Amino acid sequence: MTVTLDAAANAAANAAVNAPASAPANAPVIAAAAAPAASAEPTLVIDGAVKRYPNGAVAVRGVTIEVGQGELVVFVGPSGCGKSTLLRMVAGLEDITEGEIRIAGRRVNEVEPAERDIAMVFQNYALYPHMTVRQNLAYGLKNRGTDKAEIARKVAEAAAMLQIEDFLDRKPSQLSGGQRQRVAMGRCIVRDPSLFLFDEPLSNLDARLRTQMRLEIRKLQRRLKVSAIYVTHDQVEAMTLADRIVVLNGGQVEQVGAPSEVYARPASTFVAAFIGAPAMNLIPAELAGGALRIGAEAVPFAAPPAGMAPGFVTLGLRPEKARVVPQAERAGGLPFTLDAVEELGASRLLHGRAAGADVVTAADAALPIPQGPLALHADPADLHFFDAVTGTRL
Amino acid sequence: MKKVQFGPSWTPYLLLAPQLIIVALFFLWPAGEALRSSFYLEDPFFGNATFVGFDNYVDSTSAADYGRSAQFTAVFTVSICVISLGIALALAVSADAVLRGKSPYKTALMWVYAIAPPVAGLIGVMMFDQHIGPLSDFARWLGWEMQVGVSYFDTAVAMITVAAWKQIPVNFIFFLSGLQGIPNSLREAAAIDCRSPARRFWTVVFPLLAPTSFFLLVINITYAFFETFGVIDVMLKGEPGNNPVTLVYKVFLDGFRGQDLGGSSAQSVILMIAVFALTIVQFRLIERRVHYS
Repeated sequence: MTVTLDAAANAAANAAVNAPASAPANAPVIAAAAAPAASAEPTLVIDGAVKRYPNGAVAVRGVTIEVGQGELVVFVGPSGCGKSTLLRMVAGLEDITEGEIRIAGRRVNEVEPAERDIAMVFQNYALYPHMTVRQNLAYGLKNRGTDKAEIARKVAEAAAMLQIEDFLDRKPSQLSGGQRQRVAMGRCIVRDPSLFLFDEPLSNLDARLRTQMRLEIRKLQRRLKVSAIYVTHDQVEAMTLADRIVVLNGGQVEQVGAPSEVYARPASTFVAAFIGAPAMNLIPAELAGGALRIGAEAVPFAAPPAGMAPGFVTLGLRPEKARVVPQAERAGGLPFTLDAVEELGASRLLHGRAAGADVVTAADAALPIPQGPLALHADPADLHFFDAVTGTRL
Repeated sequence: MKKVQFGPSWTPYLLLAPQLIIVALFFLWPAGEALRSSFYLEDPFFGNATFVGFDNYVDSTSAADYGRSAQFTAVFTVSICVISLGIALALAVSADAVLRGKSPYKTALMWVYAIAPPVAGLIGVMMFDQHIGPLSDFARWLGWEMQVGVSYFDTAVAMITVAAWKQIPVNFIFFLSGLQGIPNSLREAAAIDCRSPARRFWTVVFPLLAPTSFFLLVINITYAFFETFGVIDVMLKGEPGNNPVTLVYKVFLDGFRGQDLGGSSAQSVILMIAVFALTIVQFRLIERRVHYS
């Protein structure tokens, strides 16, 4: 079985996480993320949270999530899915219309943001422009009446950890994006909170820096063992950072699970299309008489799993699990017309059409581009079946 | 980058000409004329002028009422700045809390700006009228028999009130737009860092308003010095009597009522120098403490 590499920049990290669920130990990042003891009281409990605005718009429709101690949970979803709103409800920046949020066992619905024992990294960092880096770090502690020597010690400690000691007396405007990002993290660290909140913190950085900071955030969070919620619309960030991913869609939870699990067994066509790059191929098909019919023609493509009721389904196939082979080489398969080839360096994407549907496949760049009449093949075990109407996994 | 050199052209000068002509005609020429006549003793009836050197300066500044006017101008200016900036800031902060993200209201509030200054001045006169003025009634209710135009102190209070009040809308709009320019995420970060809203305001919001405040301070001082002329004139009805006058109004009185063109010119030159010095002090001392993001 070949696990093909993903889009260039994130290839290594992604592939490690993208390893199938059967072999999670292959992924070093996941191995480090040993799940916290189940008995520990969760740091955060979101219990049936609803956000309804005065104009009637509903951003969050009854979400229930727990974040365990030391766990990093990523909320991921397209824009408008309610992930940021949910995070802001946890932070206390948005009211909670219904439901309850508990941090370290304490109901915080009516608690001021400053008293929730949280720290937040904002998308644009939100550093105080009129204060030096040192003052930015110390501001929260000073307001809590922390003793001066203690503040100095904590600031020095955080600065050393983030390697920003040299910039302590500069203003934020004199820092680069990456440095500002570190200061924003430092402001969180000195507070020593029970929960970190990250609101798309990397979206203002360039691709290279993003990859680097992603890893640093991960390491730092591991080291500090502080629970964290990380909001992003970038599925690669979600896959690489998360102990658990929460996929949100239209203000509701589509799926919660470890990255490998969400990748291997997406709960719906929405998750299937959202997690993984390039996206999973979704092909309309029909189950009839124990055989699978794709498009107009019945093709001996793959036998459906036993016990599945006949009817229309959506067939899911990861690009990296699909193989395009010349028809002359191997009988069967789905006739495939190659439209375009995208070179990604380590791998190459073959775009084409099979049985009336657009299909993308990923192949090792070392292999030659197949020529002549082609066919699409897949291991039956790699096929995902979804309800054609509701999109839920069958 | 390649440097582009444009050939000599009259176009820029042509485009600048209207502004330059206005500056020359309405500032440079009168200022030069004032400077010249401040050294002469002008005969108001026959147009003869005698060069008297610094006599005009000495005479004007050593007059007893000059010191009184200078003192009042200082009090007047400081009071206007404190009152109108303070009230405008308080109003802007409360408006900002309501307006975040609701621009139709914002537009509606901006209309305050459209009230014509002379109308505002006249309204002030009516408010302090000894017989029908509601503010005089209010003072009377407090046990203070206000006699605007008769009592030095009462007139000063009325002048300051009206002049400050007239300036509030301008300050309000600038403060409001300054407040609205502060990113929401900064306020939210502050909300997480600090539980007291008042402390958040003075440590985060107000420092970020500093450029606006500094600009408004300069504007308000200029206003109190020069633009209050109309308000004072309307309130004194051209008859100063025992009432307080600012230095600018005194220039007018001495020059046009007293026909002392030389002395009046000397006073305006002194004012010009004072304002120039004040501006330098402001930019040197205060601006250093202002943060421009």
